Amino acid sequence: MKQAHKYAQGTLATFAMLACMGGMAHAEDSAKPAKATKPANVTAKVAAVSDADMKKLIESSFTSKGPATVEGVLDRDAMQKACSDYPDRSKVPAAVAKKIEAAEFKQIKYPADKQWLGDWKEGEKTAQNGRGMQFSDAVGSPNGANCYACHQMTKAEISFGNIGPSLYQYGKLRGDSEAVLKYTWGKIWDSSAFAACSNMPRFGHKGILTEQQIRDVMALLLDPASPVNQ
Amino acid sequence: MKTIRRRHTGAALALAGTVALAAAAVHAQGSTAEEIAKYRQMLAEGNPAELWEAAGEELWKKPAGPKNASLEQCDLGKGPGVTKGAYAELPRLFKDTGRVMDLEQRLAYCHVTLQGLTQEEALKNPFASTGKPSDIERLVAFVAGESRGIKMNVELNHPEEKRVYALGQKMFFYRGGAYDFACATCHAVDGQRIRLQELPNLLTKQGAQAAYTTWPAYRVSQGEVRSMQHRLYDCLRQQRFPEPAYGSDVITALSLFLARNANGGTYDGPAMKR
Repeated sequence: MKQAHKYAQGTLATFAMLACMGGMAHAEDSAKPAKATKPANVTAKVAAVSDADMKKLIESSFTSKGPATVEGVLDRDAMQKACSDYPDRSKVPAAVAKKIEAAEFKQIKYPADKQWLGDWKEGEKTAQNGRGMQFSDAVGSPNGANCYACHQMTKAEISFGNIGPSLYQYGKLRGDSEAVLKYTWGKIWDSSAFAACSNMPRFGHKGILTEQQIRDVMALLLDPASPVNQ
Repeated sequence: MKTIRRRHTGAALALAGTVALAAAAVHAQGSTAEEIAKYRQMLAEGNPAELWEAAGEELWKKPAGPKNASLEQCDLGKGPGVTKGAYAELPRLFKDTGRVMDLEQRLAYCHVTLQGLTQEEALKNPFASTGKPSDIERLVAFVAGESRGIKMNVELNHPEEKRVYALGQKMFFYRGGAYDFACATCHAVDGQRIRLQELPNLLTKQGAQAAYTTWPAYRVSQGEVRSMQHRLYDCLRQQRFPEPAYGSDVITALSLFLARNANGGTYDGPAMKR
């Protein structure tokens, strides 16, 4: 932990950065992660290691436990494979990114009944909850979305991370047109459909959240009564 | 996370406040006033890791196991019995096993070869839990402390060391599991946080040095000294990867990648952290 004054400076810088990003329409779509400074990395490229060697390393080192399985790490899908090759996800070649986004987009499942919004109070609980899918969790226990780990959401919650952009006043800034509802649902369902190799988990596609949980988180983002939009 | 400097009493008040705040946010246990009092006391007394170091030194010198031998002839890479500066050069290739080993794999090897323990016995209880202290964490604290003030100098001279480093690097960027996370998801950009926890950018020399040279560390939130094995075990848990075995090759590969990236940094552990 930094000392208080340093933290305050960091927060200001973060707000400035997020404000910039908020100015761009759908900043999340541009596949550019939040970046502070960019010092020379000691690692420029991912080493050439065969899939067979990685398989051997993983199989000999890990044991499936609870919801976290060895197969879940070994059997990677096209997105996971492709994105592992780009240490800097802002440098995924445009053609590769397009291909990933198109394939991921096809995986989005929208609610058949077009019920987009649930209860923002339940959504807030899900946004605060960081549990789920760890080898220390029980199989089938409800998963959290842990939104606050990476996003600012409300004014009241000051313990928020900055890996993702601020979502404060998400609905207030965007409204609740069908296009916004659809985009937001899709982004939660499969973030890589809009920003290839996004750091955000694919909450719908990977079965992390239920449809109802997604509705509740949608309400947290879009309901005018939600603390996000105050 | 930032390291709390040893006996840096000048900033004690400011630090105590900040640390107590952070601890309260994560573990809402005990009142703020109690927490502040606790941290004040700790900062005044020094790092509790010193107790682990002292206990580890005793364990190192005490004859034990079926062969009733001490670990004093254990070769940690700089010759039998040399502890000074050994940790700053690990992981490394050991000719007698033909394998790249980290400190903890090597300690297990010495428990087997010198003291006559079985491999299973040597790997038992690596991480302390309530009422079950770990001798391994004590030994690790002692050996790591013997590198304090010494510059990290992990070499990749042998092809096997290069191979294991490449595995570690590949693993760092390997996205998988339910959340699609890699180490890089949280540790490849400067200035990032999860909640209020700062995340080191382990791809920069500065970030890798700050992180690697301060583990093992006394974790205030856990009341134990935790090793690099434990740090990576818990990272992988939060990454939603399956459970890595203690002393497994994936941990050594990742450790080698991080240790090498930290080369040139002055080793300053065991430190004290949240």
